[in-house]
Amino acid sequence: MKTGPKSGANRAEPLLRVASLSKRYVQQRTFSRTEFTVNAFQDVDLELFRGKTVALVGESSAGKSSLARCLALLERPDSGKIEMEGENLLALNRKALFWIRRRVQMIFQEPVSALNPRLTACEIIAEPLAIQGEGTQLQRRERVLQLMEQVGLDAKWERKLPFEFSGGQRQRLAIARALSLKPSVLILDEALSNLDAPNQALILELLGQLQVSHSLAYLHISHDLRLISQFADEVAVMYGGRIVESKKTHDLFAAPEHSYTKELLATVHSVESILLARSA
Amino acid sequence: MKYFARRLFHALLLLLAVSIFSFAILQLTPGDFFAPLGLNPQISSRTIAGLRSQYGLDRPLPVRYGHWLVDLLKGDLGQSFAYNSPVTPLLAVRARNTLLLTGTAMLLAWLIAIPLGMWSAVHRGKWGDRAAGVMTSALLAVPDLVSFLVLLLVAVRTGWFPAGGMVSSSFGDLSRWNKMKDLAEHLFLPALGLAIATLPTMLRHVRSAMIEVLEAPFIQAARAHGIAERRVLFRYALPVAANPLISLFGFSVGTMLSASLLVEVILSWPGIGPLLVDAIMAKDVYLVIGAVMLSSLFLVAGNLLADVLLFAADPRIRVE
Repeated sequence: MKTGPKSGANRAEPLLRVASLSKRYVQQRTFSRTEFTVNAFQDVDLELFRGKTVALVGESSAGKSSLARCLALLERPDSGKIEMEGENLLALNRKALFWIRRRVQMIFQEPVSALNPRLTACEIIAEPLAIQGEGTQLQRRERVLQLMEQVGLDAKWERKLPFEFSGGQRQRLAIARALSLKPSVLILDEALSNLDAPNQALILELLGQLQVSHSLAYLHISHDLRLISQFADEVAVMYGGRIVESKKTHDLFAAPEHSYTKELLATVHSVESILLARSA
Repeated sequence: MKYFARRLFHALLLLLAVSIFSFAILQLTPGDFFAPLGLNPQISSRTIAGLRSQYGLDRPLPVRYGHWLVDLLKGDLGQSFAYNSPVTPLLAVRARNTLLLTGTAMLLAWLIAIPLGMWSAVHRGKWGDRAAGVMTSALLAVPDLVSFLVLLLVAVRTGWFPAGGMVSSSFGDLSRWNKMKDLAEHLFLPALGLAIATLPTMLRHVRSAMIEVLEAPFIQAARAHGIAERRVLFRYALPVAANPLISLFGFSVGTMLSASLLVEVILSWPGIGPLLVDAIMAKDVYLVIGAVMLSSLFLVAGNLLADVLLFAADPRIRVE
């Protein structure tokens, strides 16, 4: 993490720092007083840096998505800290929170349901700008066309509706929308898992380019370890609501420590050996 | 346009089928309008036979149906035996009254169901939502007949509302404003009864449709942009949740109409309901068929309207 001694003060200083963050849900049944508490995640520490990608892996009930939602300020964690450049976001009042939202944006797994089916492509991308009250309608449109170009969508499609786009194009639309507010952190919640392999590669490439050009910090939630090995700078493994292991990607793949990580890697290796055996 | 042409064609086919079935089923019931006259010793069987042939009841069913169909194209639904007048104008007045009642009830039900359903969806799991859930379950469990009778009881016991009819006997002498008021007072209970009969289903649908949409990622994305909750509800969630609700609207027309027949009879609202009951009792064939056809027409028209609304509301359907 803090390796480069003077290679940039920005790099040493995390953009987003999460410290001992916890969230639990309380459920209550009808006609019953007993309450059930479910720990979504506990004591999570995480640091995101500009231009770097942290991958978050783990089982489907490990609390990854809850964590993502808390980081996107969609839910309030019960305890802990979320710091953006040293400022604790959980201590902010509503107005300041409204302002800070633009800095963290989220890309969802299913691009179909992530886009309002009633809005055109242009309206969808302009939506965050409109909500945050940025620019005139004309300026917003200008920005939309610019963004569409950036994510590889033809500007002449601006009047199209979400269902007229393909899966990969929809995800590009979602990315353009997320970028419209010039965020510094992008949370990708299984953003590639609903795409076919060629589209995965294309979107991954696009995300890579955008990361460089916008110096974005990515938190990439995924369970595709092979994919992760290609792009993540660091991998955090989540198990039972806790981050059990967090390392540079190379180190993790080379020397997994936690038993769950070992298990995960073993499945990948076995799948690979099967594929190798078949192709041979 | 092709879509609507097809829907319209289906609707006409459906109405045709209903008319054939009504004719056939009424034919199967024993006796006819003139049968009770045979009990009177002063009326000879020859007179009765004469009456039957005068009204065409002696001819075979397919012939009568053919005649009826031809007359229908001219806007003539045949002759009522009991009222000794054409069916069409008789029905027209009743249809207007039924439409006034069901229209008001529909408006009332939706005006309650949409805000309350949305509120429940937003506050799901909280005590208010649960109370609403218990209430709708209770209303669903109570047969319509019982709730209508309770309303009648309330009207009679308290005297707050007129216990029947559509206008007071002094209606003709009232000023324009008082006429409206009088009508509204008479309309209130039957409309309320009808709304209660359809409200629980609507409420539940609104609630579940809203919950589904509110959990959709695009709403979350909008929240991550800092959208105001009110805007989320009305500009984002409601339009998207509208689809199943529009279909429900078409469906609810049917529920509303069948419940209205009952409410009209119990709270003596001069709509199609009481007329139909009397006509069936008297075997006033053409009046029965006319009333049945009219109800079917309303039902079909309601569903057609829902299709049109759906078409207008959802771009996806438009493209297909």
